[in-house]
Amino acid sequence: MIDSIPIAVEFTRIQSKTHRDSPVASGGLELLFSNQRKHQVALPASNPEGTPSTVGYLVKWLCENLIKDPRKEMFVLDDSVRPGILVLINDADWELEGEEKYELQANDEIVFVSTLHGG
Amino acid sequence: MPHYPCQTCHISRAQILRPSTGTRLCAPCFTLAFETETAATITSSSLFHPGERIAIGASGGKDSTVLASVLQTLNTRYNWGLELVLLSIDEGIAGYRDHSLEAVKRNAEVLGLPLKILGYEELYGWSMDAVVAQVGRKGNCTYCGVFRRQALDRGAAVLGVRHVVTGHNADDVAETVVMNLLRGDLARLGRGTSLVTGTGGAEGGFASVKRSKPLMWAYEKEIVMYAHHKRLDYFSTECIYSPEAFRGSARTLIKNLERIRPESILDVVRSGIDMARLVPGAGGEGGSGSLRVEAIPRDAEDDTGGGCSGDNGEDAGGEMARVEETLRLNERAEEEGTETEIRLPAKAVNGQRHDRDGLHTGPPAAALPATVNGQNHDRHTHIPDIAVVPIRTKQEKKSGRKTAGDNLPPRQRLGQCERCGYLSSQAVCKACMLLEGLNKARPRTGIEVGGAGG
Repeated sequence: MIDSIPIAVEFTRIQSKTHRDSPVASGGLELLFSNQRKHQVALPASNPEGTPSTVGYLVKWLCENLIKDPRKEMFVLDDSVRPGILVLINDADWELEGEEKYELQANDEIVFVSTLHGG
Repeated sequence: MPHYPCQTCHISRAQILRPSTGTRLCAPCFTLAFETETAATITSSSLFHPGERIAIGASGGKDSTVLASVLQTLNTRYNWGLELVLLSIDEGIAGYRDHSLEAVKRNAEVLGLPLKILGYEELYGWSMDAVVAQVGRKGNCTYCGVFRRQALDRGAAVLGVRHVVTGHNADDVAETVVMNLLRGDLARLGRGTSLVTGTGGAEGGFASVKRSKPLMWAYEKEIVMYAHHKRLDYFSTECIYSPEAFRGSARTLIKNLERIRPESILDVVRSGIDMARLVPGAGGEGGSGSLRVEAIPRDAEDDTGGGCSGDNGEDAGGEMARVEETLRLNERAEEEGTETEIRLPAKAVNGQRHDRDGLHTGPPAAALPATVNGQNHDRHTHIPDIAVVPIRTKQEKKSGRKTAGDNLPPRQRLGQCERCGYLSSQAVCKACMLLEGLNKARPRTGIEVGGAGG
């Protein structure tokens, strides 16, 4: 545990609804993560290259460890968060914090907000 | 990493990077700026008048939830004296609207606004689930679009409201612009990019209900941020029947552009407006009094809202295209004063249509086949296809009625739909046309439900 940092991850405003048939036609991020909105994760404090863990690494780590669903592309496209998903780092736009390069601190709160269509 | 200070109050930590300006703001300064800009959109265009009753098309999703919240806030802040009501449509898709409608109900309570929910089932006798069971998944979006448009109009009429606002945002409009460009459908640019549409209809009818999108200059990102920081209660959902293929691609393009260059979204919207002005006969930026109320273009324009891709005809295949063509012909005949009623044929193939016996005896036969070939009345037919100017051909084919409407004085005779009794400028309203097709096919299923026309 000494090598990991606790991070709160939340997937918010993500739909969950009936999957009538094709699961591809609908679905949201929450569904990819066991239908659970809030997750408390213990992220390795550094990535395999030995550098401090960043949000970019968290995203990769979530894909490898938390996603229970094969449709990872709903969350990640081309190795980065899918365009249209907003990321908040401690309630601030991640664009203000260096985006994927932000180095995570213990007890940081990371929120992934879907901007799914349908207003 | 050091935090940026808010560029407005210079005190708090910045939480939002505004896509339009690149400004860094704290949450309170951002929400105030967002509200002020929406107010500017409204006042600079004199969108509302004091005491006006406004129905907010409320789906329970982020856009309409933010719209309702902002309008309520502004109405109080600036003493506009607006009478706001929420209007929700339940398409009758099991599991689709349930959560959204619950969100709308909670919002109505929190905002203290009256709420009217209208269901397809009660309006038409057909829920969308039943429609899909009947017609299959191909083309059902057209039904949904026509039904929803009318449902909003009927709801507005029930509420005594002449103005419905919807939550379309800048991303929606940009997507629509791109889609229209990709389809070569420049004629629709004007409607999709207009702040106000649907004016100029006959007085007193549901056709005169005005539509506007006060958030059309607001980034989707900012709408989501606004909802997040104001802790608004909404529910996102996408239609399970809608494949979203084409709009989805346009959306991905827009979102990718935004990541590289955020200003792109508003630039696409502005370009759409500018290009719409260049389209011959399209009337340029909307809201002009000469615009006729056109249900089909309005449906298309509206397809960005309510979680429905509803790309009329795009994914509908030939049959729905024919149904829509029939609807268009009916309206055009109406403008011509021929008063033909076209039955919705079970098979509207090859332009074979049957005039209704007895009731109407106008001379429609000459006009109708001409329009089938995409030629316009203004040309008095008989112009060979080779002679037409390409851009106009497309445009007239797509929106011939609009062109006709610009040239001819509107000859709308307001009456009632003879099926459902609702105010309509045609003998049979569009929804009833579709319903006729549905109900004709219904016996095959062995299910009998009476009074589908409402």
